[in-house]
Amino acid sequence: MKPRHALFTFLVVVLVAGPSLMAAPPQVAAAAGTPTPAASLPPLKLGFYGALTGNFASSGKDTLSGLTLFLKGINYTAGGRKITVIVEDTSGDPNTALAKARKLVEQDKADLLVGPTLANEGYAVRDYIDRAKAPCLFPVVSGDDITQRKRTPWIIRTGWTSSQPAHALGKWAYDQGKRRVAIIAYDYAFGWENVGGFQRAFEDAGGKVVQKIWTPQTTSDFAPYFPQIKKDVDAVVVAQSGGNAVRFLQQWDEFGLKDKYPLYGLAAVTDEAVLKSMGDEAVGLFTVLHWSAVLQTPEAQAFVKKFKEEYKDAPGYRAEAGYVTGQVIARALENTGGKPGGGKELVDAIRAVKISDAPRGPISFDPYGGVVENEYIRRVDRVKGELQNTVIATLPNVSQFWTYDPSVFLNKPVYSRDYPPCTNCQ
Amino acid sequence: MAWRRAQVLTVIVSILALGVLPIFLPSYPVFVLTSVLIFAIFAMSLDVLIGYLGYTSFGHAAFFGVGAYAAVISALRLGQSFWGSGLLALAVVLLVAMIFGAIALRTSGLPFIMISLALGQALWGLAYRWSTVTGGDNGLSIPMRPELPLIGRLESSLAYYYFVFVVFAIAVAALSLLVRSPFGLSWRGIREREIRMQVLGYHTWLHKYLAYLTSAFFGGLAGILNANLTGFVSPEALAISNSATAILMVILGGPGTLIGPCLGAAVIVVMRQIMSSVTQRWMMVLGVVYIATVMFLPGGLMGMMSRLMVRINSGAPQRSDRSQGKNVERTPATHIQSGGKS
Amino acid sequence: MQFWIIQSLNGVAYGMLLFLLSAGLSLILGMMKIANLAHGAFYLLASYIGYSVVRTTGNFPLALVAGTLTGLGIGFVTERMFMRRLLGRTHLQVLVSIGIALIIADVSLVLWHGDPVTIRPPALLARSVDLWIMRFPAYRLFIITSGLLIAVVLNIILGRTRWGAIIRAAVDNQEMARAMGINIEKVFMLTFGFGSLLAGFAGVMGAPFLSVYPGLDWELLPLTLVVVIVGGIGSINGALVGSLILGLLDNYGRALFPDLSYFTLFVPMIIILAVRPSGLIPRS
Repeated sequence: MKPRHALFTFLVVVLVAGPSLMAAPPQVAAAAGTPTPAASLPPLKLGFYGALTGNFASSGKDTLSGLTLFLKGINYTAGGRKITVIVEDTSGDPNTALAKARKLVEQDKADLLVGPTLANEGYAVRDYIDRAKAPCLFPVVSGDDITQRKRTPWIIRTGWTSSQPAHALGKWAYDQGKRRVAIIAYDYAFGWENVGGFQRAFEDAGGKVVQKIWTPQTTSDFAPYFPQIKKDVDAVVVAQSGGNAVRFLQQWDEFGLKDKYPLYGLAAVTDEAVLKSMGDEAVGLFTVLHWSAVLQTPEAQAFVKKFKEEYKDAPGYRAEAGYVTGQVIARALENTGGKPGGGKELVDAIRAVKISDAPRGPISFDPYGGVVENEYIRRVDRVKGELQNTVIATLPNVSQFWTYDPSVFLNKPVYSRDYPPCTNCQ
Repeated sequence: MAWRRAQVLTVIVSILALGVLPIFLPSYPVFVLTSVLIFAIFAMSLDVLIGYLGYTSFGHAAFFGVGAYAAVISALRLGQSFWGSGLLALAVVLLVAMIFGAIALRTSGLPFIMISLALGQALWGLAYRWSTVTGGDNGLSIPMRPELPLIGRLESSLAYYYFVFVVFAIAVAALSLLVRSPFGLSWRGIREREIRMQVLGYHTWLHKYLAYLTSAFFGGLAGILNANLTGFVSPEALAISNSATAILMVILGGPGTLIGPCLGAAVIVVMRQIMSSVTQRWMMVLGVVYIATVMFLPGGLMGMMSRLMVRINSGAPQRSDRSQGKNVERTPATHIQSGGKS
Repeated sequence: MQFWIIQSLNGVAYGMLLFLLSAGLSLILGMMKIANLAHGAFYLLASYIGYSVVRTTGNFPLALVAGTLTGLGIGFVTERMFMRRLLGRTHLQVLVSIGIALIIADVSLVLWHGDPVTIRPPALLARSVDLWIMRFPAYRLFIITSGLLIAVVLNIILGRTRWGAIIRAAVDNQEMARAMGINIEKVFMLTFGFGSLLAGFAGVMGAPFLSVYPGLDWELLPLTLVVVIVGGIGSINGALVGSLILGLLDNYGRALFPDLSYFTLFVPMIIILAVRPSGLIPRS
């Protein structure tokens, strides 16, 4: 057969078979290791969707790695019930995330969704999940409003909100004696929410944020911003992550600013996923997050050891989130004897879960779908030649509302570029 | 003649299939088919520029995105219904196209490609940064569906599919008529030799401008339909990847045929859905498909099919068809040299 | 005052980096009129390979060589297998090069996992120079000098050598050049290879500045395309001027109008293109 005919045939087959294939039974991408004779209950179908290709692939893959590690460890069985996982790739695109969520719910009949990876994907699927009444766990997406003003009973976080750790750092910075800070942050919702949380707690304690510099999401060069930083501040707070964090710290050092200002980091700036690409410029940086790979608890270290054996690198917060998500699901099944098939029962069972032995410490859920967990103040140290996030302080039971009353909190607008307003900016 | 008959037959069969098949399909494939039709409109709109006028635009997503954003914003902030927001969005798209066209059509060939890219990127940057209006990176959501008198709100996947199907059919009919009209023929004349057209007394700039507006109109229409399908819009709608996807759909399908880009859209949308469920390396597969298309099917799918028709009607195909005044060997795309005008 | 001097210097540094990237594309797109949209991907691949070389050997010059050879290699393969059959058919060049870019990006994802990585400048250049209100990294000065050097070298090659004359002849008028016995295929192959080599070189040079991460290829490509077009198709010096303008605009845009940063970059480009479609310094 000539190549062009072969291609033509292939294309026709694709076009005709396409819709039919999509109507076919779902492809189960990951299944149990040793077949355990299942109880009379059908397996719980878990639909994972996240960015496995594209620019944010490392985040999605890490989350999936964590989840897979846990499920393998329990042999894909909990509460006497088998768990099957269907994996879909969103490539970090909100439209694709929506399409994949629909596929998992309508086609594959997943009982529970886990995902997505990015905040804009999260917002894109929120309405659909609410309409379809599809239980969905958000391991990584941190957009505040998803469990606040835009909450739905069908979305439960197993990760964090952007402002959750930021509040903690705001208070802690004040306790360290800082009174005037400048902030340099991502100019989009993730950055705004981090900054908002920090500013609220910091100023409520008595501090003043005197400058806010916003940088575009894709910033390869921070140099234009450095000369603008005010001279008379006690510290600079940075909210950047991923590649931006790597570049920021490198350039911060190159331009001699490391010796000029103490630096605090929000937005998971030194998460293990990027810490390994950093050098001495990161040493001494104080950050806050609900996880550190060198958290000295038995559960944390057991998880880190297992993860390193399987994937070689230290697990960052996304990997840990995937793992904890698995834990939560398993615990929900165990608590109810494997019964809830899906829907409201499953959601209620998950909401009732309290875990004391997650790698990050104890976690539970608040009535809004948010997660209550410890926050850790960390400092970057070089130990045995490797960089790590040493935990130097623990703030227990931090919720997405910090110490504020939820209804008061929710009556105020969501953290944005202009809220809280920068009243002390000159 | 056989080729022409085959084309018409294909179109009729496809329309029947698209009209009847979805009743028997579950909701997810219907959703994907709706997406296919929307991107088919998008691809056809770009074909007007690439295939007929001979101008390659690398920023066509601008109109898709503007349509989507305008529809969502007017629904969200101005409380418009589906129809109100749709009409308003189309008006905004035309306005933007009038401005962009006036700027971009001062160039042609490679500079045109670049300026359309720059215009698209400028809008994309705006969508990202002007977050008070556009919601920035997180985008904007609002559930939207058309409301028809007597039938009510077209909430279900199937109902919306048929709505899009009707719009698609109208778009196909409108564009087909347009490209066969004297107006459309003048576009092809401009593509071949603009100077000659000018010598013959045509106001080529006006013809080009109207082609640009037409292309933008249908591109914006696709964007509006998509915003209603997903209930969501974000800067990705304006991104360079969306523009590139449109170009790929046109070239894969076969520029200058209208139907070709529809096929291209179908192939790319469906393949993406299926491939990404089967392998994580689907982007690589897609890349291989593009390369294979270029190496083995330079005229796109339509080019290949026309050659296939020639082969089927074999027996000195060139002579018999040439004697009928048709130059079948010139598959729709191969005479598009482009880049030659500067 | 010092503020503006530093901002200008930084704008020039960024512009020079852009020039390194665009010089290769200026040859390929500008002179040969081949729409190679995989140019950004070539850069990305060379960056990643340079990173791996530095990680294993700690040798920056070696990484530069590796990156440059990567650019040359992949450019050679692309030209040989695909581009030479598609001369004059821009659409197909676009489709093929996007396909190649997708494959390169996905392969990079598999090999390097997708985490953002960076190359540390060699110790010699890792220091900072004191400039009034702040220190300025020596590496950026290195980029400025390298960019100027490359510009000079390219001008000499194209303007003063026989080889440059052959290239210009082949680009200006294929028929005549063929008639004069010039092997067009060979000229194109070598020019394409050289342009890709420059992309590879820029990939490793730029890595300590921009770091390396998935998506970098598609971020850089629009910028380099605009530089080439604005500077004037086929003009290396035009690309130089275009890069400097772009670098300064970007820098000042971020410093003065942070809200509109991406917008301020493209709007002047649009204006320039609309007023002078042939670019600022077109080939006469």
